[in-house]
Amino acid sequence: MSLPLALEISFAVVLLANAVWIVIAREVVAAVIIFVAYGLLLAIVWVRLAAPDVALTEAAIGGGVTGVLLLGAAARLRATEATAKPASVSTRLVAAAICVTTSCALAYVVGSLPDAAPTLAPAAMASLPETGLGNPVAGVLFVYRALDTLLEKAVLLLALVGVWSLAPDRLWGGTPELCAFPRRSSTLLLLAQLLPPVGILAGVYMFWVGAKLPGGAFQGGTILAAMWLLVVMTGLEDIPPTSRRWMRLLAIVGPAIFVVIGFAGFALANAFLAYPAGYAKPLIIVIEGTLTLSIAITLGLLAAGPPVRAQHQ
Amino acid sequence: MISFLSGAAVFVLLAIAGGMLRVLYGPAEVDRMMASQLLGTGGVALLLLLAAVTDSPSNVDVALMLALFAAFASIAFVASAPRKENEQAEPGGRE
Amino acid sequence: MKLALQILTVLAVSGGCFLFLAGTIGLLRFPDTTTRLHALTKVDNLGLGLIVLGLLPTAGSPLLALKMIAIWLLVQLSGATVSQLIAQLVHEQEPRA
Repeated sequence: MSLPLALEISFAVVLLANAVWIVIAREVVAAVIIFVAYGLLLAIVWVRLAAPDVALTEAAIGGGVTGVLLLGAAARLRATEATAKPASVSTRLVAAAICVTTSCALAYVVGSLPDAAPTLAPAAMASLPETGLGNPVAGVLFVYRALDTLLEKAVLLLALVGVWSLAPDRLWGGTPELCAFPRRSSTLLLLAQLLPPVGILAGVYMFWVGAKLPGGAFQGGTILAAMWLLVVMTGLEDIPPTSRRWMRLLAIVGPAIFVVIGFAGFALANAFLAYPAGYAKPLIIVIEGTLTLSIAITLGLLAAGPPVRAQHQ
Repeated sequence: MISFLSGAAVFVLLAIAGGMLRVLYGPAEVDRMMASQLLGTGGVALLLLLAAVTDSPSNVDVALMLALFAAFASIAFVASAPRKENEQAEPGGRE
Repeated sequence: MKLALQILTVLAVSGGCFLFLAGTIGLLRFPDTTTRLHALTKVDNLGLGLIVLGLLPTAGSPLLALKMIAIWLLVQLSGATVSQLIAQLVHEQEPRA
């Protein structure tokens, strides 16, 4: 058996064992930690499947932000976990049946693709030089399917509004609270002062390099959000109240500029989200830059959760 | 050289799988989180080796991401761990 | 010169892999959380460091080599901090004698 094949098989086995264990774990925190490990491993699998952009996003979201989100939720559930009733056997059987059916259906669909699977990849690569971009994923995200990307960013904002509306009415516009250290730890302070500059540099780099190499606005924005969350978790800064105007403006500036450029496409190039010849790359850079900021703020606020203290406390 | 590095990659993967056992069996949550940290570091090493084997520098960027975020999850875990009720505050608190 | 670099790569990567193995065995077999933490930090520090050292000659450009060293330093920084934090947590959660 050749070495690469051994590598792939070992990976598959480790991942499957991991997935099974997440399902059968008894405690919430244990399941969350195994899920974080799963995300980290999955990032490597995406690299093996020749999808580095997806790998970057998986490492960032699956390994980092989801971990923070779920650990915070697990911490809040800890008080009631001891007295919570476990799901009944019939519920679990139904859930298992649905999952198994979905997995089998997916496996069947993927397995029954013809050997030369129909793909638009050559056409995408052929048109890429006109856009001035070097990364085909960036081409798909911002040129060929720009409308999808715009709608995704709108969905992100809607999710944020949804999370905020989980709080009671009187707390609207209040301050969220991320799980924070109850007392200062000098080690953590050192990390919170050393890591964010590196992280910000990495985030800007990831956004900038996304035009030519794997990367992009989403990955860069996630790193920036993670650095913000790190500073908040260590108690160096507080999350501002969600009614702060600059925060809300930053969150919408990305999608707003995207929409403006989209409508300008009517005037300049005869279609929504069409770019005038020769100006594609600068416009895309502007869109991606503002999107990076918006994604950073939105993801940070999503992980922080609904407001828990009223605005004027 | 390529086959040697591939072999090293498989080796590191086996080490990661071993760390996985600790994630799955670790009696305390802390053990699981520590093993996840090992997974992160092992993943970084694996990706760097794969970058050399397949000659794709973009893997190094993924390794950078992994390095940043593996620690992040551990910090979130320690931040959300329950505290004992009767601990004393450190001198020089918030302000 | 090239042969010397190749020997360096083989030796350093082998050393790194050995340390990974040692760290994993330590993680699995040591009796206590803090002793396992000790094994873990060796992997972070020296294991990854040796692998990075071994891969430096194979890097295509100096920028890539610098990036790999930067990754190693980052893993060291975060690994060191996380092990301190975990040790503090274990110390708190142990029943006071």
